[in-house]
Amino acid sequence: MEVYLQQLINGVQYGSIYALIAVGYTMVYGVLRLINFAHGDIYMLGAFVAYYVVTGLALHQHPSVGNFLFVLIVSMAVCALAGVLIERLAYRPIRNAPRLTALITAIGVSLLLENGGIVVFGADPKYIPTVLQSSVAPRGGLYISEGQVIMLAASVLFMLILRFIVMSTRFGRAVRAISYDIDAARLMGIDVDRAITLTFALGSALAGAAGMMVATFTSVKITPLFGLLPGVKAFVAAVLGGIGNIPGAVLGGILMGIIEAFVGGSALTTYRDAIAFMILIIVLLLRPGGILGKAVVEKV
Amino acid sequence: MSRRQFWLWRLISVGAALAALLGANALIISLRSTGWLDDYTYRVIMLCGINILLAVSLNLINGITGQFSIGHAGFQGVGAYTSAAFTVFVVSPWMRERGLQGTPTGDSALLIAGIIAGAVCASLAGLFVGIPSLRLRGDYLAIATLGFGEIIRVTILNIEQVGGARGFYGIPLLTTFFWLYLAVIVLLALSRNLLVSTQGLAFLAVRDDEIAAEAVGVYSTRIKVIAFVTGACFAGIAGALYAHFDGYLNPDNFRLDQSIIILTMVVLGGQGSITGSVLSAVLLTAVLEWLRFLPTITVGGRAFSPSELRMVFFSLMLILLMLWRQTGLLGRREFGWHVVRQYWRLLRT
Repeated sequence: MEVYLQQLINGVQYGSIYALIAVGYTMVYGVLRLINFAHGDIYMLGAFVAYYVVTGLALHQHPSVGNFLFVLIVSMAVCALAGVLIERLAYRPIRNAPRLTALITAIGVSLLLENGGIVVFGADPKYIPTVLQSSVAPRGGLYISEGQVIMLAASVLFMLILRFIVMSTRFGRAVRAISYDIDAARLMGIDVDRAITLTFALGSALAGAAGMMVATFTSVKITPLFGLLPGVKAFVAAVLGGIGNIPGAVLGGILMGIIEAFVGGSALTTYRDAIAFMILIIVLLLRPGGILGKAVVEKV
Repeated sequence: MSRRQFWLWRLISVGAALAALLGANALIISLRSTGWLDDYTYRVIMLCGINILLAVSLNLINGITGQFSIGHAGFQGVGAYTSAAFTVFVVSPWMRERGLQGTPTGDSALLIAGIIAGAVCASLAGLFVGIPSLRLRGDYLAIATLGFGEIIRVTILNIEQVGGARGFYGIPLLTTFFWLYLAVIVLLALSRNLLVSTQGLAFLAVRDDEIAAEAVGVYSTRIKVIAFVTGACFAGIAGALYAHFDGYLNPDNFRLDQSIIILTMVVLGGQGSITGSVLSAVLLTAVLEWLRFLPTITVGGRAFSPSELRMVFFSLMLILLMLWRQTGLLGRREFGWHVVRQYWRLLRT
């Protein structure tokens, strides 16, 4: 029983990370109908920014909450900037091109970030020295690290902030209007370009925060390719929840994390990385709109 | 053109293609025996052939039928692994018992058996992937094929009998210039005939407007499945020929990177242009090899060999193509005798 509870907790924690990344996919898909393949690589970028800030300023010698927040904010800012630049340079010129053109461009940007990362950061795996003490204490037979608690709490906080931005600000209303009908939104005087830029900034900042936290609190090794699988899995999570739907992305992310934790703990553990794709294909076949989404019929 | 004329022309063109193939084969063999053609150049020529097979077969799916697959390396992997397993574990022991191994006829028979096994299994994989996922469109289909490609790779990784993550060693080296380019000619003839036949119009109709095609009675799912299975079949043949050319297989050879390289070949040549795919497959294979000979570049105190930069090169090319020339080199046009004739006429006037 405790084993399952432990896996459930680990699953929710991984799921919260998937949810942070999935939100970015779903928001960009909502406004542009584009699968931003490069989003997983923004997550990678967040981890590398954290690595260079921590080792460059030797912050790990004085672990403190202030240092942690500083690194988190720098990672988020750099990632937001990268997201905006990618949108401006690669996606904006082809916004009116066929969707497959945009998709090929997105694949190209993703590959460029990964392989450019190999050139710039080097292909060897790196570990981030911790900036915040995190101990694992057994509580009633369960192992929950402080890092896990912080990651979960931060994810919930980010989600609440995001919900406030999307539901209660002018920018959020603009984004919702664009995802409903981009042309009508433009006719109503909404600055579409600005809203799209902000969408990319917001989504990329969340992915950067996810990358920074994973790299800081888990013993995962960071390489330029380490965003690829979490990125694809987060995309699957977004599809599972209903792409274009923000609460759906969160739900899908958490579900995805839990399923993966249980598969990882079972006899099928070597198939752990394939399970996401099986979920994707099952969802696409049985309920292409996702759990919270609605099916869209293609019109002539 | 009367029916008789048609068959006469068909006979002449098939004969000419076979004669050209045999001539080239004889030339290659004699050049290699005299040492004019070193092993390296020979290898590049062979890789060109394998990449032509891959690019044209993907073009059948992406360019001609207008679907979007980024899991082509998965089918190549299925073909490569099943054919290698078939020749190593099934046919070779059988032939050894009868003392047929080592003879030229025996080797050719072994290779053909391997190719057939690879083609059949890759087609089945194409069917298995195609039937469910072709109900999806556009970007969803792309993601589903990416997922299937990845599932295939993880599955191969988990099969200990074919080496798992260590790779598959000891595959007999059987692929020759003749068999490889015979496969290329068959695929090119098939694609070309498809494009000029009534059947082919259905494929183009599905590409141009699926709903309109359905409305005039084209059963689009059937067309898509045919395209998918044919494409997968030839990717499997390419995989089989690759396995018996290199003698070693590794699941890492069939990662997403490989699918993207094939995709870049199709996009660069022009989606829908068969000759464009051939041209860009040869061009990119040559460029990739040429990158190996460039001197090492030092960036920020670290040294890079240009071949390490090859995926950077591919990704930049994809982006720039999409930004500036979405049609690729040839667009949907073909290069053929009609182009030569046109320029000849221009020259004379």
